[in-house]
Amino acid sequence: MSVSEKIVADFVANGIEFVTTVPCKQLGGVIDAVEKEPSIYHIPSNKEDEGMGLCAGAFMGGKRPAIIMQNTAIGVTVNTLVTLTQFYRMPLPMLISYRGELKEPVACQVEMAVHTKALLNQLNIPTYHFHKPGDEEELDAILKYTFMCNKPVAILTDATFWGGY
Amino acid sequence: MIRSEIIRDIAPILRDQLVVCNIGLPSQELHMIDDQPSNFYMLGTMGLSSSIGLGLALAQDKTVISIDGDGSVLTNFGTLPTIANNVADNFILLIIDNGSYGSTGDQPTYAGRKTSLAAVAKACGCETVIECQAEETGAVLKAAIDSQKMTVIVSKCESGNIKVPVITKDPVVIRDRFMTEVARRNA
Repeated sequence: MSVSEKIVADFVANGIEFVTTVPCKQLGGVIDAVEKEPSIYHIPSNKEDEGMGLCAGAFMGGKRPAIIMQNTAIGVTVNTLVTLTQFYRMPLPMLISYRGELKEPVACQVEMAVHTKALLNQLNIPTYHFHKPGDEEELDAILKYTFMCNKPVAILTDATFWGGY
Repeated sequence: MIRSEIIRDIAPILRDQLVVCNIGLPSQELHMIDDQPSNFYMLGTMGLSSSIGLGLALAQDKTVISIDGDGSVLTNFGTLPTIANNVADNFILLIIDNGSYGSTGDQPTYAGRKTSLAAVAKACGCETVIECQAEETGAVLKAAIDSQKMTVIVSKCESGNIKVPVITKDPVVIRDRFMTEVARRNA
């Protein structure tokens, strides 16, 4: 089983049935695996704040949601995270590609990377960082934690974790 | 007719459906006119009424009406292709189009000038799009509910506001009350 398939298997095991995605090259394998999983409704979003709105609705309709996106999205979604997800106390696992870390070939990505953890910290969002192959073993516990505390939770996955580009 | 008059007019229809209501004055007006546990009031996050409503419609079977504004749809234009490509026949997007940003002092929107939201929705692939006049909203909404087809309604009305109190209910209370009602109606 590939890492991407393991991630989606953890989603399924934790009752996640509604996943929205904004693409990233690094997360392509996970997005493919989400699309292939019959128990998950995959709904691509045009922008991450839109995706968080979809997830809020799905949650209120009784389905556990998740969002898959790049770390640049943190810059896009601060207002939504604060005034929707956190204000109404809703759970939202956010599987995030941590672009701009070691092995990053595109300089501009670093500009958002240096703000990513600071922003998440400022927003009091519990944050986990998958840096080495095998770190995904914590995902099951992170998902359980997210739906226990009804908070948005960030899972940053960097290039070293994914084995480079 | 202004937005609050439309809401007053359609309140008896809304009561039997799940409603996601746009931030600011629309939510405050609906809350004052006919507060129901089946209403989800947005206290923040401009633009996401249609996204929340679509997510809700896809997740359960009861009819969902998202009450949106022209300004809010302009803020989240990406919602229209997502709606078009993820058909939920229990979803109705009701855009009350008064051509202005009502909650912030009636500044004009582009929808009140050259931009037709109905034409945009159609171009995005939404199959059933109905533009109507304010007075027709109730009848059009009723027909859309009965049709059980995903429908986008653009109700053209005049700009203008009434005095309404802000919503002081705790957001978690609003959300919990709404979720309990969603579960009850789906039981």
